Amino acid sequence: MPDSNDGDAMETGVMDEAVLRVFRGGPEDGKPVDYRVPVAPGMVVLDALHSIQGHQAPDLAVRWNCKAGKCGSCSAEVNGRPRLTCKTRLDSLPLDQPITVSPLKAFPLIKDLVTDVSWNYKINKKIPAFQPKPGVEWKMYQRDVDRVQEFRKCIECFLCQDVCHVLRDHSKHQSFGGPRFFVRTACLEMHPLDGLSRTKLLKDELGLGLCNITKCCTEVCPEEIHITDNAIIPLKERIVDEFYDPITMLIRKFRGS
Amino acid sequence: MTPPYETHEHDVLIIGAGGAGLRAAIEALAQGARVGLVCKSLLGKAHTVMAEGGIAAAMGNVDKADDWRTHFRDTMRGGKFLNNWRMAQLHAQEAPERVRELEQWGALFDRTDDGQILQRAFGGHTFKRLCHVGDRTGLELIRTLQDRGVQQGIDVFMECTITRLIKDGDRIAGAFGYWREQGRFVTFKAKSVVIATGGIGKAWKITSNSWEYTADGMALAYEAGAELLDMEFVQFHPTGMVWPPGVQGILVTEAVRGEGGTLKNNRGERFMEKYDPKRMELSTRDVVARAIYTEVKEGRGSIHGGAYLDISHQPDDYVKKKLPSMYHQFKELADVDITTGPMEVGPTCHYMMGGIRVDAETGQSTIPGLFAAGEAAAGLHGANRLGGNSLSDLLVFGKRAGKAAAEYAKSARSSELDATQLQDAEREMLAPFERTTGEFAYEIHRELQDFMQSLVGIFRTEEDLQKALGELEKLKPRVARVRADGSRMFNPGWHLTRDLRSMVLISEAVTRSALARRESRGAHSRIDYPNFDDTWAKQNNIIVQRGDQMTLEQRPVPEMPAELKEILAENK
Repeated sequence: MPDSNDGDAMETGVMDEAVLRVFRGGPEDGKPVDYRVPVAPGMVVLDALHSIQGHQAPDLAVRWNCKAGKCGSCSAEVNGRPRLTCKTRLDSLPLDQPITVSPLKAFPLIKDLVTDVSWNYKINKKIPAFQPKPGVEWKMYQRDVDRVQEFRKCIECFLCQDVCHVLRDHSKHQSFGGPRFFVRTACLEMHPLDGLSRTKLLKDELGLGLCNITKCCTEVCPEEIHITDNAIIPLKERIVDEFYDPITMLIRKFRGS
Repeated sequence: MTPPYETHEHDVLIIGAGGAGLRAAIEALAQGARVGLVCKSLLGKAHTVMAEGGIAAAMGNVDKADDWRTHFRDTMRGGKFLNNWRMAQLHAQEAPERVRELEQWGALFDRTDDGQILQRAFGGHTFKRLCHVGDRTGLELIRTLQDRGVQQGIDVFMECTITRLIKDGDRIAGAFGYWREQGRFVTFKAKSVVIATGGIGKAWKITSNSWEYTADGMALAYEAGAELLDMEFVQFHPTGMVWPPGVQGILVTEAVRGEGGTLKNNRGERFMEKYDPKRMELSTRDVVARAIYTEVKEGRGSIHGGAYLDISHQPDDYVKKKLPSMYHQFKELADVDITTGPMEVGPTCHYMMGGIRVDAETGQSTIPGLFAAGEAAAGLHGANRLGGNSLSDLLVFGKRAGKAAAEYAKSARSSELDATQLQDAEREMLAPFERTTGEFAYEIHRELQDFMQSLVGIFRTEEDLQKALGELEKLKPRVARVRADGSRMFNPGWHLTRDLRSMVLISEAVTRSALARRESRGAHSRIDYPNFDDTWAKQNNIIVQRGDQMTLEQRPVPEMPAELKEILAENK
């Protein structure tokens, strides 16, 4: 859709021109196409895509909403790196060569820069919602909600899912939930008033064990959530405590459960 | 012959999945209705996600003296008494419970020292009233509602756009739309429909609004025969980013001022002393927006034509904790570190106070079975909305509309969708592909944004508004010949051909209403009529279609009961 400001960009002192090498087309016929775009101060990749839409290719498919890094819609791979295009400034990229903009690789391509991310919504449905402890008093202290608020910053841009090799290279979409949904589960598990345990789900259905903590997800998170250190590792520890603790295992053996 | 459209059937169809749509869906489902929820984007990306500062609710967690009466009075004063008093009353009374409900569904607000929901100061609110999560309250709200709704079993139709409401005689029967991904058409049978599609910010050039804000719901309702109320009241948020050009208009939360931020001009003067010495930076949005505009116009603006907003006197850690997304936004997009220096800000088109006229209790429009809530509906905010009253509006009236729509559906019969209306809707959508001449939608859209910005902006005159009407007339035949390129698959240029029609239609409603109101009130400032007018104080503007004509009439503002008048008279 159009950007209200691309006209401005050209009126207020064009400094340069950039070439955007944008992936166009579908899974069968898709290929990179070059577009020349006038560059204005402070311009981001999404501005350049809007300029292409508004002046050269009105059917260019790209998702976006807030253009302020708050909604997580405009994810793509810029020069091979998963980024929010609304926060990727052209002046942070080498302009003497084409800027490549490609769709996320971990999800099926629909058209141009748009992929089918519906799998994420299906995974999300598997995670039981917040369930308050019975008879709970609705009091919480800032020190207890701080760490959960970090997870709740997630804007569901799915860049962490895109970069995760378990999904990206090994396509384990059937047996693995991905960093986004470890963060979401951590949110619920560490909520001071939540009364459910989701560790079995993490172990059996979300495949947390498949994560070998390479921290790629943490590196690309635009919200700077410490996905690996603060969500994934503590959740792994919970699973170990619950399912692999030698004493608990021994008791289980005797009880035959 | 009707093509075999993909058809879905629900008791209640909700259009729009922001806060109002989601809250309506949750309530309608709780009432036992089968609920469908349609949204133009992916779920969780609606405009609510961008709300920053907080939810206004008189919980009294920080300022114990706060109560619904004070919130009611603040809302009415902020709206310059043009608000629907009953909506303002219900809103103030019910907001606290709606916030507590969110917490019970898993939302995590910032806390007071004694473990309650923390509340912050905001423009026009007498007490510290805004429940918040740093500066990302909207994200918390939408995620909470989204998870709740999905777990409860709402059918969600993502990236699906409704282009026409289908009627059976006077009643609503369903809707026609298309799937963005493949471009296939789809129909929905429903006994009642709730419109929760937000506003029309994309008709202006400098706006905080996303691509979705194209007045769809207002246009759908208007075309179905519903009345629109007080369309002249468009809120320009005082603080949008002004530099660099690409980010112009992006919102800078009022929470910056709520947390103590000051506004200065290029002489270093705290200019709000001139415009509202009592409330200063925390005056209402209409006042602050006009003040910044005036400072810039009179040559006292910042380097890039705005004002300086400074929060750097607060400790660095405090700024980063309470305003994290502002910190990142300025650092990454404007190379400004807000912990050490000022931001440059200026007005940006932000919110529509006007909209579909609804019944205060139920949110029902003048069409039986057609409901509206949130920004798409009108009445609560009168001539100017207070910051923080939007998120509470979504919750209070989303719930009410969802309940009423479900109740309506219980006694309504289901109608077949009329083939003629469906075919007409399909023809309209396909026409842009059949044209080989004509312009693309983007070109026309840019022109619309340019003249709405310059002619129907913060300050208005008879001459400008007349000129805008003329420009709109000139656009209409061009919109009728607009062309789309490529295939029907995920095609934004095609999509805009439809959105453009809604924007032009509703821009006309705004301009006609603005022309009629010969006074200045709240967000509507007429240079040629700079004062309040006693007659207009008691009149609402109503836009309705008669035949093919857009007509405008005035109706008396509903009379307020004596006990509420007493609350307003209290001098606090």
